[in-house]
Amino acid sequence: MKAIIAATVLGIIMMYAGFVVKEKKTILSIATLLFVVLLGVNIWELTSSKLGVTEPWFNFQLVVSPFSIWFNTLMTAATLLYVLLMGNDIIKVGKHVGEYFALFFFILVGVFLLSSFNNMLLMFIGIEILSIPQYILAGSDKRNLKSSEASLKYFLMGAFSTGILLMGITLIYGATGEFNISKFSFMQMEHVNPLVLTGVLFLIISYAFKVSAAPMHFWTPDVYDGSPTPFTAFMATVAKAAAFVGFIRLFHTSFASISGSWSMVLAIITAATLFVGNITAVFQQSVKRMLAYSSIAQAGFMLLAVVSVSALAWQGLIVYSVAYTIATLGMFAVLLKLKDFTFDGFNGLAKKEPLLAFVTTIFIFSLAGIPLTAGFMAKYMMLQAAMSQGNLMWLVIFALLMAAISAYYYFRVIIAMYFKTGDPELNSEVSGMDKFLLVLTAILIIIIGVAPQLLLPAGI
Amino acid sequence: MILVLLILIPFLVAIVSFLAKGAAKNIAMFGSLISLAISVYVASFCGTEQTAAIAFPWMPAIGAQFSLSADGMASMLCLLTGIIFPVVLLLTRNKEIESPASYYGLILLSQAGLMGVFLASDALLFYFFWELALIPVYFLCSRWGGERRIAVTFKFFVYTFVGSLMMLAALIYLSMQTNGVNAMSWQNIIAAGKSLPLGQQHIVFWLLFVAFAIKMPIFPFHTWQPDAYEQAPTPITIILSALMVKMGLYAVLRWLIPVLPEATLYWSDTIMTLSIIGIVYASLVAMVQTNVKRLVAYSSIAHMGLMCAAAFSGTELAHHGLLVQMFNHGINIAGMWVIVSMVEQRYGTQEFKKMGGLASTAPGIAIALVIISFANIALPLTNGFVGEFMLFSGIFQGASTYHIVFMSVAGIGIILGAVYTLSMVQKVAYGENNSGVLAVAKMSTAEMVAVIVLLAFIIALGVFPQPLLDLVLLP
Repeated sequence: MKAIIAATVLGIIMMYAGFVVKEKKTILSIATLLFVVLLGVNIWELTSSKLGVTEPWFNFQLVVSPFSIWFNTLMTAATLLYVLLMGNDIIKVGKHVGEYFALFFFILVGVFLLSSFNNMLLMFIGIEILSIPQYILAGSDKRNLKSSEASLKYFLMGAFSTGILLMGITLIYGATGEFNISKFSFMQMEHVNPLVLTGVLFLIISYAFKVSAAPMHFWTPDVYDGSPTPFTAFMATVAKAAAFVGFIRLFHTSFASISGSWSMVLAIITAATLFVGNITAVFQQSVKRMLAYSSIAQAGFMLLAVVSVSALAWQGLIVYSVAYTIATLGMFAVLLKLKDFTFDGFNGLAKKEPLLAFVTTIFIFSLAGIPLTAGFMAKYMMLQAAMSQGNLMWLVIFALLMAAISAYYYFRVIIAMYFKTGDPELNSEVSGMDKFLLVLTAILIIIIGVAPQLLLPAGI
Repeated sequence: MILVLLILIPFLVAIVSFLAKGAAKNIAMFGSLISLAISVYVASFCGTEQTAAIAFPWMPAIGAQFSLSADGMASMLCLLTGIIFPVVLLLTRNKEIESPASYYGLILLSQAGLMGVFLASDALLFYFFWELALIPVYFLCSRWGGERRIAVTFKFFVYTFVGSLMMLAALIYLSMQTNGVNAMSWQNIIAAGKSLPLGQQHIVFWLLFVAFAIKMPIFPFHTWQPDAYEQAPTPITIILSALMVKMGLYAVLRWLIPVLPEATLYWSDTIMTLSIIGIVYASLVAMVQTNVKRLVAYSSIAHMGLMCAAAFSGTELAHHGLLVQMFNHGINIAGMWVIVSMVEQRYGTQEFKKMGGLASTAPGIAIALVIISFANIALPLTNGFVGEFMLFSGIFQGASTYHIVFMSVAGIGIILGAVYTLSMVQKVAYGENNSGVLAVAKMSTAEMVAVIVLLAFIIALGVFPQPLLDLVLLP
């Protein structure tokens, strides 16, 4: 709760700082400082919360559990890492730098709401707070037609899915007379009320849109490709992980008792997402677009957590969100250093910038799920969760085959960097600070890969 | 604790090599010799207090431990790894290699991975090392290999990665059958496998077997192998064919047959059939090869097929023969590649039609080639004979209804083996010198050392195989 208030207040401060301060570098410093403050507030809340105790707020509309606080802390830390890694690129996007950072704070408010809502209306508000800043960020490069197109497309499709989400909430409210997600009772005689089933289906569709699951994924490549690259990185990582936490929170808290009626639908969506994401990524020529499809593919893996109703799934989702977020942020940070976003743009990077190539290799390993990296442990825990369901073995094997395909397109980057010759053009000199942060990111990935229990403290 | 050193020394020396620029060659040699010394120590004190198993807690949340143990089989394979790596390094002793720091660092990194695979007694740790051995080899082949190296190595990587992932699924599945405490330890995996109903054993069996079969490789999962062997730089081909294929065989013996005995029994005929088809197929294909590296590659498929058939024959004799043959095949195939590499360097080609006359231009190399070829076709008094004899009698005694068929078809494969090996010797060592290279350099000291070490093993173990047998049968 402290974090939600802090993020709101800091967001407003940031917005006014944008009016007062004109120097872009100063705004970046202020933003970094405020993110550190927000992280501090999160850690304060984490340490002051009691083990295993949940705090209800506003008459059980929000229930802040240790899991929520821990997730919020991790995501704030990821945002801080993001600002540190890409701050200099964010301030180059346009004129209104203060507003971008303010929007990040508001997105974080949405993240915090999604990790702790206990009422479907607050969930709705959370999703909207998460989405609307993203529509703006997507179009923030106003003079670029592709950016405007991305924003419009994202907004129209987003509004559409919001409508479906509201419809789902309404139907479930109609069937149960309840907004509180822990108080539903679905059984009517011996059958599940058809109104509930329709409502659940609508909720699945709208969440599938938010997490870019097939067949609601069509907006993703265009939006990710068209948006300014630094913002794509944020939309594909923190914002997406938050949507997943909202997804799993709603479905595992309230619909677990009727999981038999929706898990197959979701399993098929998962398989379709894995298939579409991985197969389409193979044919991309641009690394940025490949990362957009890879984010669909990775979403497929994260969906495994939602399909498998178990405690393992929540832990797996935490590890996966962090592993995926760090590696993707690292990839985008490297991408921003390069002029040419195609695979050929990476040719010969190992000769010119050995360190940059080396950390990129670690990010790629993590995304592909090679052991000793965070991505491997994340995939491991997802598979474990899915296998604990017993009847999802087919999905597990399918997911593994798709993971093997993912190695194909991820390794193209490595092949380009190490085994092909070329002279990649860099946007700017890679400064010592950049190198330090990238190496730090790579080390984080290895640490999580060797000791994933660090992400799973007792009691969450 | 000595077991940790087997992994740690190559790993640390690898890191040092990456940082050292020109000195990497000597550092790597030094490190590999220390590893050799430790592996000799482990092999000689196997089964005693000095090489006791160790276990540290690692990831309690998913039941993984950092636990290592060495029985006779593992010590033998570590010893083989210890012997082969100095030989691999000797081959490039007098050559200038592009970016030596990365080259030698990666080689030692793969040694650390291999040692770990043979020592790990925890399934997740085993998986980690399995991949750690693969990744450096991927980089080595893609960077320093032949013309088509990138595509070929990529195929190799994707193949084995698919296998690895299937193995991962099987291991996770098995670990979930236990109560969660040290769920990944070898003992618990075995208990879990035995408790599975047969229907589920079948699924797990095939997930594991395909992973290991790709690595060995067994027909029809072998298609990556001839290309990869041909395109890899020859020192790396030695690592691939002498050691990495043993990972597959070792995994079958350690992580498949004891874990799923019922499913093994059920599928053993199928797998023996596949292996034996592989022997005959690979031998026939080897006979028409015009490239010396491809010929040796196919001969390796045939040998692995025989060993895999023995692994699934279910008799003790075949099992013992297999353990002996794993070591001997490692030595022989390494010897073969050393000769091939020397010939390739001197004649500047891999094609038979540009070779010939080695016996008159470089008699030393030709003699070594002949002896190693004899070992390769298992002539008596060479080490190959002991192992292969035991393999064949073991398969013949097998419980399978078709044991005579298996035995006789495999026998045909061995005859074909003699045909292609001897015709290779003839084309390389005798006849006209078609290379256009008239003065062939003698063996350098480094090459001489490598060849003599391998020949010594071939003769010594052929005449007196008992020490090796004693070692591999230690519990």
